Amino acid sequence: MTTVTDTMEHVDGHHDHHDHHADHKMTGIKRWLLTTNHKDIGTLYLWFSFIMLLTGGAMAMVIRAELFQPGLQIVEPDFFNQMTTVHGLIMVFGAIMPAFTGLANWMIPMMIGAPDMALPRLNNWSFWILPFAFGILLASLFMEGGGPNFGWTFYAPLSTTYSNGSTAFFVFAVHIMGISSIMGAINIIVTIMNMRAPGMTYMKMPLFVWTFFITAYLLIAVMPVLAGTVTMVLTDTYFGTSFFDAAGGGDPVLFQHIFWFFGHPEVYIMILPAFGIVSTTIPAFCRKPLFGYSSMVYATASIAFLSFIVWAHHMFTTGMPLAGELFFMYCTMLIAVPTGVKVFNWVATMWRGAISFETPMLFSIAFVILFTIGGFSGLMLAMTPVDFQYHDTYFVVAHFHYVLVTGSLFSIFAAVYYWLPKWTGHMYDEKLGKLHFWCSMISVNVLFFPMHFLGLAGMPRRIPDYALQFADFNKWVSIGGFAFGLSQLIFLALVIKCIRAGKQAEAKSWEGAEGLEWTVASPAPYHTFATPPKVD
Amino acid sequence: MSEQQQPQIKKSVAKLCMTVVAMFAFGFALVPLYDVFCEVTGLNGKTATEATTYQADGIDESRTITVQFISRTAKNAAWQFEPEMNSIQVHPGEMKFVKFYAKNNTGANAVAQAVPSVSPGQAANYFQKIECFCFNQQPLQANEDIWMPLQFYVDPDLPEDMTELTLSYTLYDITATIGS
Repeated sequence: MTTVTDTMEHVDGHHDHHDHHADHKMTGIKRWLLTTNHKDIGTLYLWFSFIMLLTGGAMAMVIRAELFQPGLQIVEPDFFNQMTTVHGLIMVFGAIMPAFTGLANWMIPMMIGAPDMALPRLNNWSFWILPFAFGILLASLFMEGGGPNFGWTFYAPLSTTYSNGSTAFFVFAVHIMGISSIMGAINIIVTIMNMRAPGMTYMKMPLFVWTFFITAYLLIAVMPVLAGTVTMVLTDTYFGTSFFDAAGGGDPVLFQHIFWFFGHPEVYIMILPAFGIVSTTIPAFCRKPLFGYSSMVYATASIAFLSFIVWAHHMFTTGMPLAGELFFMYCTMLIAVPTGVKVFNWVATMWRGAISFETPMLFSIAFVILFTIGGFSGLMLAMTPVDFQYHDTYFVVAHFHYVLVTGSLFSIFAAVYYWLPKWTGHMYDEKLGKLHFWCSMISVNVLFFPMHFLGLAGMPRRIPDYALQFADFNKWVSIGGFAFGLSQLIFLALVIKCIRAGKQAEAKSWEGAEGLEWTVASPAPYHTFATPPKVD
Repeated sequence: MSEQQQPQIKKSVAKLCMTVVAMFAFGFALVPLYDVFCEVTGLNGKTATEATTYQADGIDESRTITVQFISRTAKNAAWQFEPEMNSIQVHPGEMKFVKFYAKNNTGANAVAQAVPSVSPGQAANYFQKIECFCFNQQPLQANEDIWMPLQFYVDPDLPEDMTELTLSYTLYDITATIGS
């Protein structure tokens, strides 16, 4: 504790120094290794998450290539299991979460009129431990015995008694990811609580800031529980404890309770910031203020609260008593109410707006429609009686990819397109952006929609082979998958092109854009709001 | 960052760090909490881990309950393990005695532990064991066999809709765990 705050004062001294030479920064690799600038760290987070997206995506390509036709063709079943496991871990902890942290780093200080994050050195550290975490995780794939193969949910006893020896690497990787997320979350909360510009009351904060504020609290509450869970798995595997081992008096079902106590709020950690993003972009391109701002804030808070009391809906088939099943079913369905409030508010914002369809808006509209589809399949899964049929089938896979890919990932694309002019000072190539959107939009639905049918027909998830009647749909799904994977290269090309050159962006790059970040020049100067702006 | 903000930032960071530590501890606290919760509510099919004494007042001969026995060995246990009968008819309150056969086929001295589970789970609190081999570890020499006792009765308060109970035992070879 003391060390953190001590170094902070030290950094503070440097800041005063910086203010005299507005754009002074180190050169070369040192700039990135030693940076405490929130914009640099945001950029690092975003690039890291994009690299992870491509890495996890490559693993998805292996999975879809194997499932292209029935039978075993390309990989061994054990390696297939490693691919599904590491794909899940990388996409959740390596792609989606760091991308949101990156956006938070870039935008929150600029949106609340602060010169930087409150704890700049901690910020540097929380980013730079991430590559090591994923280095450990990925390295285990190349070791004797292979990487983790027990699913990203690492259910005991798969990860303990039946582990292939990769558990220790997995556990330490997750520990480091957890520490990184916790430090990032502390930084976000402290910044928002203490560094808002004079006049910016809580209820005047942009909704983007609100959703990150609430998400950071969720992270603080559940990441330590995840750290505890993996620690228990570690000691069960290597130190002879019996938290989850029935032989020693433990209980494997307990694992699922503790894991999902983390796991369900984690789901909202990955979607609440997405709500914040589209609540920023939709008003901008409708040229209307957001409909029902305060109801959005309360809805976000209600979802965060409810996320703590619904975890066992992941466990309906573990033999819960009827009363428990009913409790978790109704609580889960209750979440549809605040989520519905949000969807209606976005639609109401668009109602009679002067809408234009630039790429960020296209991704935002796709988000609203496709996320709602994912929400509805979630409601179906919440119903206990039918969950017994859907449990662990491709219907579940379809559901969480609709909320995570067309939900979270699409919102991140919307955010990147929306703020690219502010970050780079150039307008991106709108034609290329629209091409990226339509390729993604079509292929993602070819990829994930047939999975609903596969699941309803009974195809189990995490299996490298399948019965012949599933062959046609799987072929479509694989083709959609390859197309979606390739479409992301358009995005990479577009971003590189935009960084290098393009039409000079104005300070306020979009006609309907609102907020403090549009009052500074494009590209945003290295240091912004050294003197806080006044907010009425 | 202005000077006035510093103490506030320190305070917020301290509070949040405390929350993190508290939530880490809470994760571990869930372990005993879960056991207590299961014990109180009788969820999860867990039966008592210690012997009880016979407390029922009389035998309810109007009802007959079928108790089925399932025995299985965990994946790593090279033991033979089976009940002397697959099921038994009991009246609530009536005491019954059943033997289970176990043989150590591992070729070495070994210790096993049987872990019981009752299905449906809500019946676990009504399944009373006066004596059970599951209360103790079973050390057997190589190729030694043993008949192990189970003495139980079903509590007459068992809900009316339950007519069939299943008692399942899983036998684990815990030699390695004890040795370490």
